[in-house]
Amino acid sequence: MGGTAVEEKELAVPKRPRRVLDLAERQRRLAWILLLPTVAVVAAVALVPLGQTIYYSFTNERLGSLTPGEWVGLENYRFLVQDTTFRSAIWVTVKFTVITVVFEFILGLLIALVVNSNFPGRGPMRAAMLVPWAIPTVISAQMWKWMYHDVYGVINDLLVRLHIIDHNVAWFSQPSTSLFAIASVDIWKTTPFVALLLLAGLQVIPTDVYEAATVDGASKVQQFFRITLPLLRPAIVVTLIFRTLDALRVFDVFYVVFGTRLDTQTMAIYAQQNIVAFADVGYGSAISLGIFVIIGIFVVAYVTTLKVEQA
Amino acid sequence: MTIHDRRYQDLYRAALSGRLSRRDVLRRATALGLSMPAVAALLAACGGGGGGSEATSTTSGGAATTPTTAATPAESPAASPTTSAAATPSGSPTGGATYTLETPPEVFNADAASQYSGQTITYYGDTVGIGGELDQQLARAFTEATGININIVPKPQSSTENYATYLRLFQAQSPDMDVMMIDVIWPGAFAQHLLDLTDAFREEAAQHYETIIQNNTVDGKLVAIPWFADFGMLYYRTDLLDKYGFSNPPATWDELEEMARTIVEGEQASNPNFGGFVFQGNAYEGLTCNALEWLASTGGGTLMDEQGNITINNPEAIAMLNRVRGWIGTICPRGVTSYQEEDSRNVFQGGNAAFLRNWPYVYALATGEDSPIKGNVGVAPIPAAEGQDHVGTVGGWQLAVSRYSRVPEASIEFVRYMTSPQVQSYRAQVGSFVPTIPSVAGEAAVLEKMPFLEPMQEVVRVTRPSTQTGERYNQVSTAFFQGVNAILNGQDAAQVVPQTAQQMQRAAG
Repeated sequence: MGGTAVEEKELAVPKRPRRVLDLAERQRRLAWILLLPTVAVVAAVALVPLGQTIYYSFTNERLGSLTPGEWVGLENYRFLVQDTTFRSAIWVTVKFTVITVVFEFILGLLIALVVNSNFPGRGPMRAAMLVPWAIPTVISAQMWKWMYHDVYGVINDLLVRLHIIDHNVAWFSQPSTSLFAIASVDIWKTTPFVALLLLAGLQVIPTDVYEAATVDGASKVQQFFRITLPLLRPAIVVTLIFRTLDALRVFDVFYVVFGTRLDTQTMAIYAQQNIVAFADVGYGSAISLGIFVIIGIFVVAYVTTLKVEQA
Repeated sequence: MTIHDRRYQDLYRAALSGRLSRRDVLRRATALGLSMPAVAALLAACGGGGGGSEATSTTSGGAATTPTTAATPAESPAASPTTSAAATPSGSPTGGATYTLETPPEVFNADAASQYSGQTITYYGDTVGIGGELDQQLARAFTEATGININIVPKPQSSTENYATYLRLFQAQSPDMDVMMIDVIWPGAFAQHLLDLTDAFREEAAQHYETIIQNNTVDGKLVAIPWFADFGMLYYRTDLLDKYGFSNPPATWDELEEMARTIVEGEQASNPNFGGFVFQGNAYEGLTCNALEWLASTGGGTLMDEQGNITINNPEAIAMLNRVRGWIGTICPRGVTSYQEEDSRNVFQGGNAAFLRNWPYVYALATGEDSPIKGNVGVAPIPAAEGQDHVGTVGGWQLAVSRYSRVPEASIEFVRYMTSPQVQSYRAQVGSFVPTIPSVAGEAAVLEKMPFLEPMQEVVRVTRPSTQTGERYNQVSTAFFQGVNAILNGQDAAQVVPQTAQQMQRAAG
């Protein structure tokens, strides 16, 4: 048996250069060549900074300092696991993510179903729907800050006039209302985006499926749960992953409205503050990697529970 | 489209002068395709320029038909109080010229500076209140006299953000910033990136208050030239005090509490949004200044002792912070915990508060011709506890030149002009910016515009521990203002203060 193996090997070696590549192999090689620029770009813009961040997280590097940082081993991580501020930032971010993703998904799906049906003025309606999404977050956040203002805000004015509340409420200042108030800003802004993604999913569902279902006597509700939702799953998975990752790294809207208030600090703000305001690149990098791991956990959870491969 | 573009500059100027409403600014900014920081700066200019929402709406209403050509009429309301005031004290006893908005002082160093004619200086200038408008006037005068172009970039309105912006530019050794405004707490942290101005300003340095020059001298190098000084003070409504039978402004916190309570109870009958006392309660550097005054005026210490120990964990400090917490939602509007300077000024100037803690820049705006409360504004030292000194946190801004500037000589001449006694006098008279030169502070025309300077002389100036903590200061201050903000939002100071003290101590290293 040993002899045949050696024989085969000996035979195989001189044969190789002369062997003509079959079509599949040639295509595979071409694919690699064509992919190479992309791989290089991804490595340059994603892998190198990631490696750099990992390296910095083991040093005491400081921004604006003219001397390079020193290796401090696991010091930053030791501090990170005991850091109550970071723990509270995780909690704030996760709460925000759950609230916004749930509301955006439900509202977005409703809007998508409405604009997917045929009615006059559907085109302009679809365009108008995207306006909140088109406004840059820094501006819309500032706008909402004024709208929610406790002395001259329009929301207080309307609610008092409608006798829903009897005096002005400082929505963004009270810890009890701030998270919901800020979530409403994000929901207002991002629901159109969710609706757009789901609408794209709805439009590829063939109409004959519904015709067949109608002939078979399925009600509209049955059609929705048995046809629309299952066929929409690929779009739903993409939407949820997109929105969850986006919400987990939320920065702008919180930064504009709350600055660096402790009980409304998100993970991204905490990292930014350490790196930029405190110039502590070492610890800030450790926080960034903490965020990286947390987001990774969410991705794995989605991929396993929603079975992305099948979707 | 960048922030340096001509169209942006025009829009910024229009926003600052209150000619455009916020909506107009947003619309135009979107049309120009501006980047986010640029638009944020524009919006900040809106908040700063018009003097409250009412002022903005009236000016934009008038200019709505010809928004692009309304430059002169828009400037006149701000200028008129100064013209009328300038007419009276001509030939003042202590010398010193009188200035109006449109006539900035002559560029005395034009001869020395014009050899750099044609160079362009990028200057990170003022955005709060009238400061931006004065920058425009002074830069124009300087350019006309010397041929040096000044590209004014509005610096971020929030101090914390401003600091981060500079740090990024310095880290990149960027030549895109030549001259910049530096907060009184920053020379220590930025010294290694700033040009040593010791030799260039040897004569001028002797003119300024020595304490500020000391503050700006790091390792024997003068890195920034004092431009204007700031200190916290209490603005009050004289008409409301009269109406409720108070003859003097509050001297103690007890009195402030009592007056505010009486006035709020009375005013809320007709105006449910009336707030009593407003200050800067947002989680940012301004809250550190406010809280330092609360503590120092009640025997609670000044955050850090000379040995570098954090001193906030004491019964007086805890009692005072809990007391302020009790004000929120009673004599202060609930939203005060998210206010910065301009938010609090807009509430006060809009007639929705009886007391305001703020910096001197508010004086010119609150007493200006277009202010709804003009003629009813008084200024007093910040209250103190019985038997304690009145205090005011020292603030103020310096001008510095970046080490990475490609036009250092021209920049130095620009700074020489901007920080000169003449310009300080002009800025004091037109914008009520407190001079850093004692002789300017004594000029009759300056005292005429800022009558509060004299009673304020006895106030003890308290400084934040920025010299001791250097580049760690931001971290120490952040721990402090986050803790205080949490207390104002309802937590018990007895629980928060010990933790906060620990964090501050650790941050100080």
